Amino acid sequence: MLLQSLSEACGLSGNEAEVRNLILKEVQGLVDEHRIDSLGNLITLKRCSSTGAARPRRVMIAAHMDEVGLMVTHIEKSGHLRFSKVGGLDDRTLLSKVVLVGNDRVPGVIGAKPIHLLKEKERHQVVETDQMYIDIGTSSKEETERAVKRGDYVAFATRFSRLEGGLVKGKAFDDRAGCAALIELLRGRGSYPSDLYGVFTVQEEIGLRGARVAAYAVEPDYAFAFEGTVCDDLPKKKDLSPTTILGGGAAITLADRSFFADKRLVKLLVETAEKNGVPYQFKQPMVGATDAGRIHLAREGVPSVAVAVPCRYIHSPVNILSLSDFENLVRLMSLALVALPTLWPSP
Amino acid sequence: MKELIARLVEAYGPSGNEEQVRALIQDEIKAHVDEARVDALGNLVALLKSDPDGQGKPPTRVMVAAHMDEIGIIVTHIDEKGFLRFAPIGGLTPLTLLGNRAVFANGVMGTFGMEKREILPTEKPKLDRMFLDIGTPDKESALKLVSVGDAAAFSRGFAQAGNRLLAKAMDDRIGCAILIQVVKTLKKNPNDIYFVFTVQEEVGCRGAVTSTYGVQPDLAIAVDATDTGDTPESRPMNVTLGKGPAIKVKDAGMLAHPAVRRLLVEAAKGLGIPYQLEVLEGGPTDAMVMQTSREGVPSGVVSIPCRYVHSPSEMVDYDDVTNAVKLLTKVLEDRVAI
Repeated sequence: MLLQSLSEACGLSGNEAEVRNLILKEVQGLVDEHRIDSLGNLITLKRCSSTGAARPRRVMIAAHMDEVGLMVTHIEKSGHLRFSKVGGLDDRTLLSKVVLVGNDRVPGVIGAKPIHLLKEKERHQVVETDQMYIDIGTSSKEETERAVKRGDYVAFATRFSRLEGGLVKGKAFDDRAGCAALIELLRGRGSYPSDLYGVFTVQEEIGLRGARVAAYAVEPDYAFAFEGTVCDDLPKKKDLSPTTILGGGAAITLADRSFFADKRLVKLLVETAEKNGVPYQFKQPMVGATDAGRIHLAREGVPSVAVAVPCRYIHSPVNILSLSDFENLVRLMSLALVALPTLWPSP
Repeated sequence: MKELIARLVEAYGPSGNEEQVRALIQDEIKAHVDEARVDALGNLVALLKSDPDGQGKPPTRVMVAAHMDEIGIIVTHIDEKGFLRFAPIGGLTPLTLLGNRAVFANGVMGTFGMEKREILPTEKPKLDRMFLDIGTPDKESALKLVSVGDAAAFSRGFAQAGNRLLAKAMDDRIGCAILIQVVKTLKKNPNDIYFVFTVQEEVGCRGAVTSTYGVQPDLAIAVDATDTGDTPESRPMNVTLGKGPAIKVKDAGMLAHPAVRRLLVEAAKGLGIPYQLEVLEGGPTDAMVMQTSREGVPSGVVSIPCRYVHSPSEMVDYDDVTNAVKLLTKVLEDRVAI
């Protein structure tokens, strides 16, 4: 399954080539043009069915290829690796995880002190990244340096698998779920009523960097960001927002820390969903940031919205999503792209 | 002008929801400008074309900007009992909420409440312990009035205290009012002036990013409210209410272009109106992003001293406001060259 190979591919921010090659193989036959820009974004174009317009409307859909992870910063005399984080990770999720170091995928373990040796105080403390190390099995610096080097990226070794209830687990669903949805959309139809720029971006997790230059180049009239997003739907003591609910349908962002969604596009998505009976939900506003945060500020401004697949435990070594949400996102967007011309001629 | 200010400050317009303010401004300026358009993000960009100079020299493109948005809240969750949880829009101080009211675009009114209402003397109230009570007994009835993602702004009427004006959203409706007044006052115009009323300043100067890119000005001036250092035990700052419009030297987001600063200072001196130089430790204004648009734009700021910024009762001095109008009018009535 496409989501599986995307999830198991390694592509941390700044090192997206493996993921990009995989995507390129999938989409080559589906698009009219493609290119890789100077930052590494994969920009594809699926031309619209001929409308006779001098300049067909351009819709950009962005999904980011990069994932959060670690980077080797230092090799100890003992051969152990010190590391720092690439993107937002919670230290508490790192201990005792199996990782893959470098492009050769050298396996390693983030070691944890056994409970027998923990002092009372340590049991209540969070071990911070600068006290952790990766053990790749070597016993000297020289031996380690034959296998890995400083600056190597470190990805989690999580395998993809199916769970009960139509759920799946794996790593990097943020945003390989978005990448997979975008590929499905490109597969879905021979063409859409507008020129569709499917853009697979780089470096989202470290500051939405790829989307900025891609949107400048594409100059879209409208933009959508596809995401794997925060889901916090397990029972709570207080009656607070679950952010999104697994199985609740495609999650539409109204506003997050990086942008306010364009109200016309939100209305289009909601009306399309309701007319066609596609489950949808609104994501808790002001949580997180997406590529839309950069795209909407490109040039003279681009009406934008983000739509996402809810994912439990994102930005950790293992995430869970519901395939029904994934399918609903693809279905909703496929219908919305066809309905989009109703918004014209504005803007 | 006070009547105009009152209407502007009482209008509803938290960031991302500037439609009502924009409509009001459009109505005020349409008879006085050559064209006005709304861009993709919602900025109102109005152009006053230069008078023909007879020599065929291309006019300077000057952009003057004030932001339409105000701080507020956005609904993040509606609970079973009909209470609304929210996140801040812009720099909101939790202390300013207790006892105050917020209003939605559709007029629905609410008051702020807090879990465990007693606050320990050592404790500051936190937003995640607060909620908005719109009087609905349950979720179902709340959903008939508001939905997740709806934004609310402070509800507070305009008032006068001596020569001083009190209102919510003085930051930056006072800038909008000044721009409108300048449009109406200008007797001659040797420049192409773009009057830009921006969106989403309070959440990161977003509207100014796209509008400045679109306008491509040769020179840009933002008009915005700034903090003062003239209240008891306030943080040291050499800006005082009533001592004239403040001409920005720097803030946390920018160093004003020295030539723009000089232009403003010379104009104030020429008019014989009071002015003060402003060094602000805090936040940026739209000028921060105007300055770095495209290949760079010489930019400066005319600031209106404002006490209690980002509270429901922001205070400005009316003389500072009228002097700012004079200052900008003077600058724009001459051919701007730096």
